[in-house]
Amino acid sequence: MKAFFRIYSEYRALIKTLVSRELKARYRGSILGFLWSFLNPLLLLVVYTVVFGFILRPRDPAFAGNPFNYALFLFSGLLPWVWFSACVLEATTLILINGNILKKVMFPAEVLPIVSVTANFIHFLFGVPILLVFEIALGHPITPYVLLSPLVMLVQYTFSLGLSLLLSALSANFRDLQHLMANIVTLWFFATPIIYPMSFGVIQQHRWLKAILYLNPMTHIIEGYQRAFYYGSMIPYKRLGVTFILSLILLWLGYWVFDRLRDTFVEEA
Amino acid sequence: MKAVILKDVTKYYRRFTSRRKFQTLKSAILERNLFAHLSPKEIVKAVDGVSLEIEKGETFGIIGENGSGKSTLLKLIAGITKPTSGTIQVNGKVSALIELGAGFHPEISGRENIYINGIMLGLSKKEIDEKIDEIIKFAELEDFIDMPVKAYSSGMYMRLGFSVAINVNPDILLVDEVLAVGDASFVQKGLEKIKEMKRAGKTIVFVTHALDLTQKICHRVAWMKKGKVMMVGEPKEVVDRYLMDALGKESSAELKATSTDRWGNREIEIKEVWLENLQGKRTTHFDYGEGMRIIMKVEAKSRQEDFVFGVGIFNSEGVNVYGTNTHLEYFKPKAIDGEATVIFEIPALHLINGTYTVDVAVHREDGFAYDYIKNALKFRVHSLSREVGIWRPPHEWRFEGGVKIEPPRRKD
Repeated sequence: MKAFFRIYSEYRALIKTLVSRELKARYRGSILGFLWSFLNPLLLLVVYTVVFGFILRPRDPAFAGNPFNYALFLFSGLLPWVWFSACVLEATTLILINGNILKKVMFPAEVLPIVSVTANFIHFLFGVPILLVFEIALGHPITPYVLLSPLVMLVQYTFSLGLSLLLSALSANFRDLQHLMANIVTLWFFATPIIYPMSFGVIQQHRWLKAILYLNPMTHIIEGYQRAFYYGSMIPYKRLGVTFILSLILLWLGYWVFDRLRDTFVEEA
Repeated sequence: MKAVILKDVTKYYRRFTSRRKFQTLKSAILERNLFAHLSPKEIVKAVDGVSLEIEKGETFGIIGENGSGKSTLLKLIAGITKPTSGTIQVNGKVSALIELGAGFHPEISGRENIYINGIMLGLSKKEIDEKIDEIIKFAELEDFIDMPVKAYSSGMYMRLGFSVAINVNPDILLVDEVLAVGDASFVQKGLEKIKEMKRAGKTIVFVTHALDLTQKICHRVAWMKKGKVMMVGEPKEVVDRYLMDALGKESSAELKATSTDRWGNREIEIKEVWLENLQGKRTTHFDYGEGMRIIMKVEAKSRQEDFVFGVGIFNSEGVNVYGTNTHLEYFKPKAIDGEATVIFEIPALHLINGTYTVDVAVHREDGFAYDYIKNALKFRVHSLSREVGIWRPPHEWRFEGGVKIEPPRRKD
């Protein structure tokens, strides 16, 4: 595990370069270029606001019947979810796509998951100001709890990285995972309180439903963001603390599996 | 001081079949490898028990047929793949010219890609800053460097990749056939650069099919066959042995001219053609100065009055060493019908050491082919030596006046 963290310092330049390559290449060639980093979440916000805010009309009292309130709530959970799902989906093809590099140049393969999670994290960070600007524009109060959001990001980063290491190593050898995960991510999305709040009547009435949601680490992470950005209340630090510990265990496990399978990458990719 | 030490290195690859027999996920992870329960049929020994020592400052060539494990060996030295068993010790910074431009991203500019590629190859950003002008200049891409790499021609792409890799300034340079890229002038430039590194005392390990190149620049050469090192030694000797082996494999094969190198209406057909020495023994190996016969069994399906027999001899570079036919030598054809034998006898072969091919033909005086077989035969001439050229005239050296020179000690 120590070896893993050393990668960060030893290969800092490489990670930095590859992350910026990812970010630069993403919108290179398009007319609006980097602006898309902001436009994408913005358009996503518009779509979800129209569909869920105006057409489906949330009945939950938490939004006071205001579609814009719902849009802000939705956005504060959706933004980190996009980061997370991108990491999971990229992980399943990471070794395959970068096989060319792994076969020809000597560098530690764990750089790839690190780059994937980090690049998507930076991308997520571009969305945060948009959320804040919209809150100001719509007169939604921004509280000091926003300052706690980096802690939530740390938990999510750790969790995503652990999962990315695990999935990338496994899918290099078992390609079926790629298709399986695409479906699991969709299911996972609905099993996380993003389009509905935890305070939803159905969830509060059925203890088993709440218990299931609580088993999902992303529930606590997303709730953390929603409280910091939308509700303006204390993040669920106890549950997030437990999630963080679990994430560290996952990171250790992911790295262990990754390390054991690394010799197969060059042949499998 | 050794630059590279390989001890009993073996590398297995799994053979892929359409139905991949997998073990369980659990055993794959727990046992660290996926070979554990595979039967020998499913593994390929790419490199099989290789032990090698390469000296610091040495230029070392690796030759062998395709699939003999040369590139795998290079990848093992580069650390890109790990050996299944055995140990590899490498002393010094390695740069591998294995695949050029690995990690180039098509959407971003050549300049930015130099940074990415350079950092991947182990340069720091500062080092690249210092070298970037030189890299661009060497690649001859001054005018294109800020264009996205996807707009590059494959030659430009390769030049850029080569230029970055060669500027890493390694202690040990691994080169895999990459000089086959680019136009002649760039190849020459690349070669000059490699020679320059050689002079600077760098260790160079070279995988190539260009046998003459190994003789020009390598100190020692290893010949690999089916994953094993068959021979290590002086370039000329190893190349000769390798060629002899390759030849032996071919000579045992029946003459099978394919349609692409055999043509004609077969009104007169060459039924069989072979080489023999003056004692009448069929062979494909001749010593320098030994006599050789090219014997053609021909059959005319009907009586013909216009016919010419021809032979041509070519060296391994395709240079026509000699060509003649009965028409050029003023024979006058009268008639041929049924079976006949044509014997072309050379009392003494005055050719240098090497491999030669023979074309044989029967055609009309106007050139219309009855039967023309290109590369019908292959033979090898063995002579001492490393002379160059084609012809080895019988000769002697004489010295007069104020020169003192020791007569040669016969090597063989």
